Amino acid sequence: MPSLSLFLSQLFNGLASGLLLALISTGLTIIYGTLGVVNFAHGALFVVGAYAGYTVYGMTHSFVIAIVAGALVSLVVGLIIERGLVRLFYGRPPEDQILVTFGVAIILVEIVRGIFGGVSLSVPTPVWGHGIAHIGTLIYPLYRLQVLFISAGTLLVLYFVLYRTSLGLIVRAGIEDSLMVNILGINVKRIFLVVFGLGAMAAGYAGVIDAPIVTLAPDMGFRVLVDSFVVVVIGGVGSFPGAIVGGIIAGEILSLTSMFDPAYSDVMLFVVMALVLILRPQGIMGQEGRE
Amino acid sequence: MNTAARSTSPLRRHLPELYVALGLIIGPFVLPYIGINSDLMTRVLIWGLFGLGFDLLFGYTGLLSFGQAAFFGTGGFVTAYLLTTGSVSMLEALLVGTVVAAITGIVIGYLTLRRTGIYFAMSTLAFGEMFFFLENSVFKSYTGGENGIAGVPPPTISLGSTVLHISSGWPMYCFVAVFFYIGYIIARRIVRSPFGAVLKAIRGNPKRAIALGHATNRYKLTVFVIAAAYGGLAGGLLGVFQAYMPPDAFTLDTSAQLVIQTVMGGAGTLLGPLLGATIWLYLYEGLQNIAGIGAYWKLILGVVFVILVTVFSHGVGGALIQTFSRKRASPADADDDLPVESHGASSLDIVPATSSAAGAPVLEARGITKQYGGLIAVSDVTFSLAEGELRGVIGPNGAGKSTFFAMLAGELATTHGQVFFRGQEITGIGVTAVCQLGMSKSYQINQLFESLTVRQNTMIPVLARRRGSFRPDMLRGLHHVQGLDAQVEAAVQLVGLSHRIDSLVSELPYGEKRRLEIGLALATGANVLLFDEPLAGLGPEERVHVVALLKSIRKGRSMVVVEHDMDAMFELAERITVLYEGRKLAEGTPDEIRADSAVQAAYLGGMDEHESA
Repeated sequence: MPSLSLFLSQLFNGLASGLLLALISTGLTIIYGTLGVVNFAHGALFVVGAYAGYTVYGMTHSFVIAIVAGALVSLVVGLIIERGLVRLFYGRPPEDQILVTFGVAIILVEIVRGIFGGVSLSVPTPVWGHGIAHIGTLIYPLYRLQVLFISAGTLLVLYFVLYRTSLGLIVRAGIEDSLMVNILGINVKRIFLVVFGLGAMAAGYAGVIDAPIVTLAPDMGFRVLVDSFVVVVIGGVGSFPGAIVGGIIAGEILSLTSMFDPAYSDVMLFVVMALVLILRPQGIMGQEGRE
Repeated sequence: MNTAARSTSPLRRHLPELYVALGLIIGPFVLPYIGINSDLMTRVLIWGLFGLGFDLLFGYTGLLSFGQAAFFGTGGFVTAYLLTTGSVSMLEALLVGTVVAAITGIVIGYLTLRRTGIYFAMSTLAFGEMFFFLENSVFKSYTGGENGIAGVPPPTISLGSTVLHISSGWPMYCFVAVFFYIGYIIARRIVRSPFGAVLKAIRGNPKRAIALGHATNRYKLTVFVIAAAYGGLAGGLLGVFQAYMPPDAFTLDTSAQLVIQTVMGGAGTLLGPLLGATIWLYLYEGLQNIAGIGAYWKLILGVVFVILVTVFSHGVGGALIQTFSRKRASPADADDDLPVESHGASSLDIVPATSSAAGAPVLEARGITKQYGGLIAVSDVTFSLAEGELRGVIGPNGAGKSTFFAMLAGELATTHGQVFFRGQEITGIGVTAVCQLGMSKSYQINQLFESLTVRQNTMIPVLARRRGSFRPDMLRGLHHVQGLDAQVEAAVQLVGLSHRIDSLVSELPYGEKRRLEIGLALATGANVLLFDEPLAGLGPEERVHVVALLKSIRKGRSMVVVEHDMDAMFELAERITVLYEGRKLAEGTPDEIRADSAVQAAYLGGMDEHESA
């Protein structure tokens, strides 16, 4: 049996990576909820943000500027994708939307590979993240603890935007009934653009924050994409609370099961997803009847 | 009767098979001149075989899976493992690999098909990744983990006393080509079978396919398993061909490559994936050798792919077929005259009315209620339809007519209350089972299979009647279905579309689509029909025609019609039920309803005092 301190530290790890996953999945889920498009380029936008952050961090040596830069670059890339391509696909079948965003994912990843090469890069932990935190008897890497708080804080901001602002009200109304929102004379096109940009930004932002914990490689985006799919399938597609619940569940599964055998932790994640599909196909927080 | 389209000679019908055989034979003599060698051709065939199954799944049934690598890898590793360790023969190993992949397909299909559309794409992608992790963890001692399985022996086939050793190069090409060809013939048969017709219906309009009496989930699972089997066989052949089974067979890249090749080549053409694989692998090899570009080959491919998806939705193959068939298509000689009434040349079979309880009404609702959260759409409506009756249901907008209808047809579960069909309770058994019992509905908004012809559309309900809700008759020809043509032609004639029978539905004018909508319900052979605003959107002339049609089909059928057109309603119906704010307001003969003060008030908006906010 693993010791209590190991268990606690893994519990923290799970929460930290779970909240980060929740943040990534939130981007995916608000885009789907509002636009009805599953963005298969979501993982690629994560990569774009991470590499943009890496570059700016190298130039300015400020991680905060790197985070801002990563978020902005992925925001701009997201806006370009929506304007240039995704917009043409709103009236087309979901399969076409999936295919085109998947094509965009390949292009983005290959551009990153072309610029930075295919080798793995590591991003140093920011200076303010060095050291170890003492939580009671538990010793824990400071940066991971900070990631936990940064993710939680950002999710709180997103919650505020979604539930306390007029933009958020429209987005949530759009999730319920986009036709109705259209009828009410709201400029849905502009809203779609903003939401797609926001979703892309969430991915890029998370990419920079995650960078010091993992090693960067152009292909990492596909793993991120898979994980965020698992999160939204568990939590319920198009549901903001679902993304958070799903993210935490996924993070904890990956983290806690790796205490016993890391090789099995990924498999366990999919086993849980299978269970959700059997017992509650619409996801934990998903609504009946939404496809 | 003109059935030119049906009476093609067997030779003509099998022309594609002939061409593919010729292509496979001639290929080795021609393609090396443009730099396609035996290894490349073999690889293309393996991907083409993999793609045949995927095209059945995606191109024909419309199910976009991003997890096909799971089956490719499973078949490949099982085959390679058996060949390197066991004493089984080549063919046995390939067979076992294919079967194991198919069984895997049952499990993954059962899980992922619980949801459709985007959920399906996402969950297949995730389960595909699961297999990559399984290969590297649980099954590592069998699969070699990251090393894969090396030393897969070259194929040998024992023919009686002689043993055939197949070396790499052209012999290997021939070996794989045989599998591809068999796979192609089987896929062709599936596409042309009644089973295949249902698959196309599922792709075109899954909701209507369900409503016309097909258990679409079983069809989907079956085709998913077929695609898995194709993947397994292709994976097995890959290991044999390379003498090595690589672990990256399980990666997302493999699934993605298959999707991209299929879309590039043209989905729904069977040979599209083969064409796409040729483009992909040829580009890959070609671009690799160009200095400065080699590293960007995948970027170039990605750009080409996005352009293809945006501009040509049917891929290169689809574009070729379109230009080819446009040249051949004769100018449409459609006469726009209103069609002549049918003379009963061939009559449409109707399901015999068998009541489980003597004297029970044909259709009965007992206090049915539908509640959405706080909103009560239909409240405690009791309704009874007698044999042979034509009942009208009217009510102002928002009265709950459509919800009421959907509950009668089994499309919508009731919150409270029961529905009975000829004395048998049908509450909650679902629209497919209701249709199989002999009740069908035509929709307010056309629910047709737009990319199919009128004949193919009408076939879908007839197939459900003749074959039941599910039958895996994937290797039989359509002509083996008893009386299919007669039923289809009778139904088409009944709604006056005989002159359009081989036209694409997407090319029909609205009025004719409206009649086909009714024709689909009729073709189910239902003896109880529900019509949801059959006159919606029709001009005066078409209205007269549809009213006449509704009158003409009354013999042997009981009908319920929801309609806004009061004149038509009073002319058609013997009795009328009035719904208002989810409740039954009145019921009686047209004259009684006309005289009813409550009804008048409801229509004049005089009941405001009862309206809740």
